[in-house]
Amino acid sequence: MSSIGTGYDLSVTTFSPDGRVFQVEYAGKAVDNSGTIVGIKCKDGIVLGVEKLITSKMILEGSNRRLHSVHRNSGLAVAGLAADGRQIVSRAKSEAANYEKVYGEPMPVKELADRVASYVHLCTLYWWLRPFGCGVILGGYDRDGPQLYMIEPSGLSYKYFGAALGKGRQAAKTEIEKLKLSELTCREGIVEVAKIIYGVHDEAKDKSFELELSWVCDESNRQHEKVPNDLLEQAKAAAQAALEEMDAD
Amino acid sequence: MDACGTQAAAAAAGGEGTQRTLYPYVTGNSVIAMKYKDGVIMACDTGASYGSTLRYKSVERIKAVGKHSLIGGSGEFSDFQEILRYLDELTLSDHMWDDGNSLGPKEIHAYLTRVMYNRRNKFDPLWNSLVLGGVKKGPKGDEKYLGMVNMIGTHFEDNHLATGFGNHMAIPILRAEWREDMTFEEAIKLIEKCLLVLLYRDRSSINKFQIAKITTEGSTIYPPYALKTNWGFSAFENPSKGAVGTW
Repeated sequence: MSSIGTGYDLSVTTFSPDGRVFQVEYAGKAVDNSGTIVGIKCKDGIVLGVEKLITSKMILEGSNRRLHSVHRNSGLAVAGLAADGRQIVSRAKSEAANYEKVYGEPMPVKELADRVASYVHLCTLYWWLRPFGCGVILGGYDRDGPQLYMIEPSGLSYKYFGAALGKGRQAAKTEIEKLKLSELTCREGIVEVAKIIYGVHDEAKDKSFELELSWVCDESNRQHEKVPNDLLEQAKAAAQAALEEMDAD
Repeated sequence: MDACGTQAAAAAAGGEGTQRTLYPYVTGNSVIAMKYKDGVIMACDTGASYGSTLRYKSVERIKAVGKHSLIGGSGEFSDFQEILRYLDELTLSDHMWDDGNSLGPKEIHAYLTRVMYNRRNKFDPLWNSLVLGGVKKGPKGDEKYLGMVNMIGTHFEDNHLATGFGNHMAIPILRAEWREDMTFEEAIKLIEKCLLVLLYRDRSSINKFQIAKITTEGSTIYPPYALKTNWGFSAFENPSKGAVGTW
């Protein structure tokens, strides 16, 4: 009864009698139905991974990216509505560019996460706005080292060692918890992330997907970049091998 | 002074005078650049003058832009720094696409020509002569590029270029001695010859030079160094001899 809005679920500016804002929760549903995204903080950097579900065979490989660079040293993975995500990315880019223009140094990741979260939160405060139908994982590298943040449609933002959003988030989180993140390097991390994404992919429900991987680490000169193609292929092969081994058992 | 006075008067009268660069303040000298066998080489001194006073002696006027280009700037130094900021913005947004493409020297030069011409049309020019050199893989293999733009937006490509006083002193030497297939060593030798002539004849140049090269492997900007000079030429000791009409 209470989870069905009964009149309190049409506006973001009206609380339900038990203190909830249903529109924001519904936005969360859009995230929960999306392909899984994963971010982990390794000892030398951040790895982001996306299970990008392919809705049609006619779609060009590599299009509709869900991993975006924000300035030089950080990147954003988007779960949920991809178009809403791009809006957040463009805001994050302009925040970072503006910060650098004003202060003459790259924006700290914490600051960036705060500003993006404020922006996302802003859209839950006015009746003429719709909350973002997406959650994002933000990874970056600044003078305080690599950092990982997750921002939800409500505007809630926390710092994480490992985070996951989307359909397979529960399974992904259990897998992340098994990793020794404080000893893992990003080179090893990309294989682990690939394994998780391949592992949580439900072949019965969604036919095909494309694995997107990016990193910010010492090896990438603290720049956020797509993982180089040879490493990506290696990670995919390792993930597939691990899957087959699991099936054989 | 006159132009400045007029504007000050307009401001005092409550008119809405707009401030523009009426003349440059801190300026850098000639930049010389040329293509050679493996890429493009560029050189300039490290001085910057405040009017005619040699105010700064250790400024870098050659910078790398993106992966495939070098820029050299003469003229107003703060405008050059502003241009570097524009280019930084440009290369950053290019980097963020992360699509395997990157802006080459040709594109960056085209961008600069638009910026320079646009500002001149606002009667607020960026007071510079810019040289842009680079190498990038194209459909026909490695393509060398060397072009320049000036403060009024005039732009062109050439095999060898020089700005400022170098346009008068270095270009004749380059025209006589430049070859397409010069090795790096030969190119350095020729460019040092030009720099030395400029050092002798351009009173605002200084004996601290920086050379940079760009090849397919990327750019290298070498640390500054001085050239050996000889001021004992008889023409230097007796400059008016044989020059009819001088004193």
